[in-house]
Amino acid sequence: MTPLPVSAYTVTSALGAGRDAHWQALRFARTGLRKLAFDTNTLDCWLGEVADFNVALPQSLERWECRNNRLAHFALQQDGFSPAVEQLRARYGTHRIGVFIGTSTSGVHHTELAYRDRDPTTQSLPDWFQHRYSQNIFSIADFVAHVFGLTGPVLAISTACSSSAKVFAAARRAIVSGACDAALVGGVDSLCLTTLYGFNSLQLVSTDICRPADAMRGGISIGEAAGFAVLDPNATSEIALLGYGETSDAYHMSSPDPEGQGAVASMRAALECSGLNAGAIDYVNLHGTGTIANDSAEGRAIGTVFGNSTPCSSTKGWTGHTLGAAGIVEAAIGMLCIEHGFMPRSLNTRTKDPAIEAGILLEDRHAPVRAVMSNSFGFGGSNCTLILGHPR
Amino acid sequence: MNASGAWLEAIGIAAPGLLGWSAAKEVLKGATPYVAADLPPYAPALLPPNERRRATPTVRIAFQAAEDAVKSTTMPAAELATVFASSDADLNIIHRISLALTQTPRLISPTDFHNSVHNAAAGYWSIAVGARAPSTTISAYDYSFAAGLAEACMLVSVERRNVLLVAFDLPPPQPLLEKRPMGCVAGVALVLTHARTATSIAKLDCAQSSDVATSASTAALEQLRRSNPAMAALPLLELLARNDAGRIALPRSESATLAVNVSRADA
Repeated sequence: MTPLPVSAYTVTSALGAGRDAHWQALRFARTGLRKLAFDTNTLDCWLGEVADFNVALPQSLERWECRNNRLAHFALQQDGFSPAVEQLRARYGTHRIGVFIGTSTSGVHHTELAYRDRDPTTQSLPDWFQHRYSQNIFSIADFVAHVFGLTGPVLAISTACSSSAKVFAAARRAIVSGACDAALVGGVDSLCLTTLYGFNSLQLVSTDICRPADAMRGGISIGEAAGFAVLDPNATSEIALLGYGETSDAYHMSSPDPEGQGAVASMRAALECSGLNAGAIDYVNLHGTGTIANDSAEGRAIGTVFGNSTPCSSTKGWTGHTLGAAGIVEAAIGMLCIEHGFMPRSLNTRTKDPAIEAGILLEDRHAPVRAVMSNSFGFGGSNCTLILGHPR
Repeated sequence: MNASGAWLEAIGIAAPGLLGWSAAKEVLKGATPYVAADLPPYAPALLPPNERRRATPTVRIAFQAAEDAVKSTTMPAAELATVFASSDADLNIIHRISLALTQTPRLISPTDFHNSVHNAAAGYWSIAVGARAPSTTISAYDYSFAAGLAEACMLVSVERRNVLLVAFDLPPPQPLLEKRPMGCVAGVALVLTHARTATSIAKLDCAQSSDVATSASTAALEQLRRSNPAMAALPLLELLARNDAGRIALPRSESATLAVNVSRADA
């Protein structure tokens, strides 16, 4: 594919608000995970909670009130991202900019709160609860479009934990086919009891901190995050989307194919799309959830595509697993790696699982990074791989 | 250029009074009167027996529409990329989980949780037919059909894929129904191809537009169109049932539509 320039991007997670907070946390190996209670959570686990964002939306946007949209609104204020979208709007017009946002649970925490506040007699949900503007999957995409008054194609993609990687592919198709001239892509998922107790019911939540690729890894730590990027084919930028791959495992709803065939196909599709060979990838940001099954299957897939010499790490030891936002968070981290010539270690990994056939970084590496691959895999066997790097 | 086109290979439908494309086609071209009737129970044929018994109503309606479409094509389902389009996917599960979270202890069924993801139907489909092709699941609230059709046509025109589009929604249980009104269960599926085949039905070209959304041709069908996001497809299906060429507009947002130009395959 023709490289598609990324002209602006921002990320907010438990590491802080904006790109510099993420860069500082990466270079000084500071995790954002804490043992803390979210809402009424009683599970013994580590969480990646974003600080200081949970304030009321401006009056003009109050219809969209919920934790997820508040997190999105806060994240859009960082890194000069909103002015960048305003410039884009001036250049192309509101109707020629597409909005593509990934989420797994949108504003479902609002529904959880509404169910606590049911009318004791009628069981009706409270007046303050508006499903369309909070819990509905489209709410987050609709919200972002309304923040900027954008009227081009607006789409929410919800393929579990690959959601906000797939927005890059959908946006590129929309631009190539002329449905829009440029695109705002992103991903937002916020803490909620549904995912905490849900992943816990599948015995995938670790009581220990997330330790990707560790021989003693115990599962995921759940985090929340929002990230956004502008894809503008006419921009001049040091970083572009170079390729993407999308595949399905066709194996199981909540377990990856242990052979990693879907992951291999996703990475190879991304390489083919970019016209690069595996040797041109300087660093792979793994999906690396810290579960036994994911890290084993992905390690096998990496071994098949790359062997064991390409530097790889998961950054979920920093941010936790931000689920539907993981794609955009890890794309943003990949872009920071390119900007700073840096490859982060697999944080919290003490002893690498010897069965994982991948070049897991146990120490940071400082070296030029021209092209990054980022993997995102989700329930339902949904796989997406992105390649970001210097446009040639 | 501001259009993406695809050849239409097959159609599937499961909605009140429109049970399967071969029967629905007669109703939608006006040869048979429309009689609204609840959908009879459906057991997805492509799921293995144990999964068939446990399949959620959401998975059942998506499979019912999808199976109706793929049975009328010789194209292997395993080779089709998929786009699943649903405003809300499984609000029955969201209801059960939200209720469970108000109880002590908070016991969530692990099966409910993995079936709660918006792409559950897509996951079961890829497993059932062995499809490793790209698959996406989208939502655009009441505009989900047009959004899914646009995404499917772009997969066809940009990625040169043959694509199965499945649009479906189900009314939630109370108390959510009061907050998300929906009149009926319904699903629609289209198989779209990159190249024209000997069995192509029509050519579809999609573009963003500001045209007013096309209504259905009768009051009863118009009521159905408004009762489920997947039924936004009805004006398109009416045109196809009559084997007409023409241009219709499907609601894509509060202010915009997706214009679909339909050309006859024999033109």
